[in-house]
Amino acid sequence: MASLWRYLLAGLGLAALLAGVLAIVYLTAPQTTPGPDRSRSKTTANGLFVASFQPERGGVRQGELQSWLLTLKTVKGDPVEGAAIAVSGGMPQHNHGLPTSPQATDYLGEGRYRIDGLKFTMSGWWQLRFAISAAAGSDTVVFNIVL
Amino acid sequence: MRRLLLVLPLVALVAMALLAGCGKPQFSDTEKKVIASLALNTMPPLKPDTTNRFAEVPAAAALGSTLFFDQGMSRDGNVSCSTCHKIDRQFQDDLPQAVGIGRTNRRTMPLAGVARDPWFFWDGRRDSLWAQALTPLENPLEHGGNRAAFAHYIKKRFGERYERIFGPLPDLSTVPANASPLGTDAEKAAWAAMPVSQAEDVNRVFANIGKAIGAFERSIEPPQTRFDRFAIDLASGAEPQGDDALSPEEMLGLKLFIGKANCVTCHNGPRFTDNSFHNTGVPPVKDLPPDRGRIDAVVQVEADPFNCLGKFRDGDDNACRELRFMVKGGPDLVRAYKTPSLRGAAARAPYMHAGQFSSLEEVVEHYSKAPASVEGVSEVHPVELSDRERAALVAFLKTLSE
Ligand code: HEC
Ligand code: HEC
Repeated sequence: MASLWRYLLAGLGLAALLAGVLAIVYLTAPQTTPGPDRSRSKTTANGLFVASFQPERGGVRQGELQSWLLTLKTVKGDPVEGAAIAVSGGMPQHNHGLPTSPQATDYLGEGRYRIDGLKFTMSGWWQLRFAISAAAGSDTVVFNIVL
Repeated sequence: MRRLLLVLPLVALVAMALLAGCGKPQFSDTEKKVIASLALNTMPPLKPDTTNRFAEVPAAAALGSTLFFDQGMSRDGNVSCSTCHKIDRQFQDDLPQAVGIGRTNRRTMPLAGVARDPWFFWDGRRDSLWAQALTPLENPLEHGGNRAAFAHYIKKRFGERYERIFGPLPDLSTVPANASPLGTDAEKAAWAAMPVSQAEDVNRVFANIGKAIGAFERSIEPPQTRFDRFAIDLASGAEPQGDDALSPEEMLGLKLFIGKANCVTCHNGPRFTDNSFHNTGVPPVKDLPPDRGRIDAVVQVEADPFNCLGKFRDGDDNACRELRFMVKGGPDLVRAYKTPSLRGAAARAPYMHAGQFSSLEEVVEHYSKAPASVEGVSEVHPVELSDRERAALVAFLKTLSE
């Protein structure tokens, strides 16, 4: 009789321990939602340019006006000069556009354009879309920024 | 004895499970990060205002404070800024719509931390504290004054103080007693008849009045609250003591605020605001004139001669990037209003831009239902909240007022 109790208790104890371990694993596992493609460098939609997009200084900061650099190269790797760039975007999950209207303000040479006036007012998934037109033609590219 | 050894860990496990599950809510590491980002101690020091070179001049702030409380700064001698922005009421007046010389169409905004805003008013139709201060002075429903009369008044009452800060006052001997480009027909005519250089002299004195008041307003900052003490302890791993510990209900409210109820998407950072404009479907007030929010304000701030790109700004135009990169149109701006800070909100009903809701319970009800906007599209989505969850959200908001 006594030994039956003992096994039962041991079983219960082990089960509780297992449940505890599982709960800890479950609670601390990183959230692995796939999310959008976050690459900072990509070929434009019709393959005309290779675009990369980086903060001009430091990282992405929430709530501050920031400038970023959009670098445009041809597929062969030559810098794209004299491009006209229109910026748009928003937060696809919140149905709203950008809180500011960023613009390409300066050409810094070697295919680098300063995109000034960006502001990320909340955390989450932001999209920035560039319509680019240059001697080689017109094309678009979308960057996803998650913060 | 052996049986006891087996029972002990079991009891301990059950006790742990009970504590974790049924006691106070626990926060994940991600939640802890968000909570830390809301605490007052993460608020950066106030940036200098290069558009107002008197912003840090103590004598200017002192004159600004005098003017803020001076009823002489009005047409009928009865209205000061502090008529509506009451110092012992978080610089607001507890009314659904403010009353100066007449009843206005909007609710008085509290002023704690206001110097950190990029835009002023519910619709952001001004872009600096000093340009903002000039607007109520000439609004016929607020102070009802005009800039020529203010220039004369400053010379008469505060001439010496003014000149010690801003330099010599211009010759006002031939300036009409009442004149302004925004006033009554007679005041407009008097303004139009003034030589351009004289009009500019008066505008300069007027702008300096704003700069003095702006310098004073920079000192109005939000105080630390129970929530902040809790958040600091949570971040450092210390056990909150006594009153600083949030109750299980308040913690549940906090969890909802940063989670399921999505409040933190707009009410973020240490001031609980993203400093931006959103249509949240708040209904208009019957009998008030149509109010379209931000969409009508962008034109006004661009046209304001006292805006950052105008000639009364000090410093260089690097400070004008908010105005330069402002969104000037689009459906998002229709009935969009500035996200208000929620610090102290629980102690200052009513709520929203025209005092539409009289309690926090009504506010939470609104967010839960998320009705469609009368014009434009609300960004708020309905969220199912039980009675217990609603009460918890309200309980949490109160920790920002204690
Ligand atoms: C008649 C009441 C009244 C008077 C007098 C008044 N205000 Fe206001 N104040 C308001 C109202 C109402 C609003 C919001 C108005 C709007 O959005 O159109 C406001 C908004 C503000 C804001 C913007 C706050 C923010 O968060 O954007 C500031 C700053 C301010 N007032 C300062 C002043 C100063 C300085 C004076 C005196 C020169 C003054 N007010 C006089 C009622 C008043
Ligand atoms: C989409 C952005 C957004 C979200 C999400 C949001 N708010 Fe707001 N909140 C605002 C704006 C904008 C206003 C002012 C609206 C107006 O006056 O018309 C406001 C006003 C308020 C006010 C009134 C404050 C005052 O001084 O009048 C309270 C309280 C409030 N929100 C709490 C909440 C809570 C609680 C949640 C979550 C359930 C929430 N908000 C979610 C943007 C948002």
